[in-house]
Amino acid sequence: MTIIKKRLDVFLRYKPLLGQLIAKDIKLKYRRSVLGYFWSILDPLMLMGIMVLVFSNMFRFEIANYPVYLIIGQTIYNFVSESTSQSTWAIIGNAALMKKTYVPKYIFTVSRVTSGLVNMIFAMGAMLIVFIICHVRFTAKMLFIPVILVQVYIFALGLGLLLACGTAFFRDVQHIYSAFLTAWMYATPIFYPIEQLSPKLIWIIKHFNPLYSYIAQFRTIVLNESLPGAHLVLYGFAMAFLMLIVGGWIFYKGQDKFILYI
Amino acid sequence: MEDKCAVRVDQAVVRFNMASERIDNLKEYFVKLISRELMFKEFLALKGIDFQVQKGEAWGIIGTNGSGKSTLLKLICGILKPYKGSVHVNGSIAPLIELGAGFDGDLTARENIFLNGAVLGHDKKFMREHFDEIVDFAELWDFLDMPIKNYSSGMAARMGFAIATMVRPDILICDEVLAVGDYAFQQKCERRMGEMREHGTTLLYVSHSIESVKSVCNKALWLDKGIVRMAGEVNEVGDAYIRELQQR
Repeated sequence: MTIIKKRLDVFLRYKPLLGQLIAKDIKLKYRRSVLGYFWSILDPLMLMGIMVLVFSNMFRFEIANYPVYLIIGQTIYNFVSESTSQSTWAIIGNAALMKKTYVPKYIFTVSRVTSGLVNMIFAMGAMLIVFIICHVRFTAKMLFIPVILVQVYIFALGLGLLLACGTAFFRDVQHIYSAFLTAWMYATPIFYPIEQLSPKLIWIIKHFNPLYSYIAQFRTIVLNESLPGAHLVLYGFAMAFLMLIVGGWIFYKGQDKFILYI
Repeated sequence: MEDKCAVRVDQAVVRFNMASERIDNLKEYFVKLISRELMFKEFLALKGIDFQVQKGEAWGIIGTNGSGKSTLLKLICGILKPYKGSVHVNGSIAPLIELGAGFDGDLTARENIFLNGAVLGHDKKFMREHFDEIVDFAELWDFLDMPIKNYSSGMAARMGFAIATMVRPDILICDEVLAVGDYAFQQKCERRMGEMREHGTTLLYVSHSIESVKSVCNKALWLDKGIVRMAGEVNEVGDAYIRELQQR
């Protein structure tokens, strides 16, 4: 009990640092660009525009309201891919600081993933624009969306901790992970309907790709105007916490040795 | 008795892996694993240090390069964990192992003051209240909105020192950080350290300049290759150290 209180005290002491690190990430991302934060909205819009052109003309999928379908998948995937690949740098990128002063090391990963979350919330501005243009009906069920964001955030945090720890010991992890991210993008029904795949693949994706569950929950709310099924939500939370426990545990076990490897 | 002790280091051993090259990629790891070369070539930077600091004392830590001075300070700050033995610290620490360690080159000085304050565990409100005081001490009003990567090392050091010594920490740890500042600023820093000492701050100070140690500290610890050669009054230890250096 006392150890939990002690850790909580440390966290509270370093909460301002967390805030500063997040603010720094966001500020520096668009410093010296004319449009600044607007890029957070423009970026996903442009990407979506290209994808819509490609997939409604070159490869046709029969999906109603395709731009909406696409931007939901794209936004969630981008958050996970951006925040986790930023996390691979969390420990080695802050080596100078860690060698000179004591700071709880998880702070760096938490700040990277959280600034990713803030970026996603900006990017949801783009989503909103697409919703309005494509005549999505706004319903009270959309109040469930933050619950999905919580799941994705926890999941990304767990994965980020795992990757940060892995990269501290083996620099290869970041290269392997960037290849993995590409594979992961194709293994997630972002721009194609999952029904296109063979039943076996569908089964695998539904059971082993947590990203699918988060995207599917989101699409159910927006496109079907209904709440996602309980099993989907439970699965989403279970995967998120599993990832956090595994990542957190490995990080905790490795953190005292970081200093010898950075 | 327990309360008077600011820092207690018991039989501390710090171990580094000195394997000929650092293995930080998987291929090497597996090659070494298979060829059974994954031996841990250990190097003990500190070999069982016993060191006690009472509250309000000022200790200078002296020794040649590689004798373990910085390692000892890092151990006390909590940056390194002891491999064996234990370290107890009573009170808040302001570490000045390298000034401006928490600075981000792309942020302006103004933003860095808040960032660096947060590294030391201060919140925004607190930093806002002390902002003027920091900039006054560092004498950097004219350069506040310049990215800190354009600062000279001396200017960054001033900023770092001003932030770290803004609050009176219970324990101040200084590792040769003043070497970069100009003479006037070094004097200013020593004065400030003197003021802090008067208010009961415990000081741990590493310097290669024996004169500086003698003027700031009242006790000294002489480290040699990871063991304590001598500990006691600053003049005694300092003179013994100088004698040894001259004999070599």
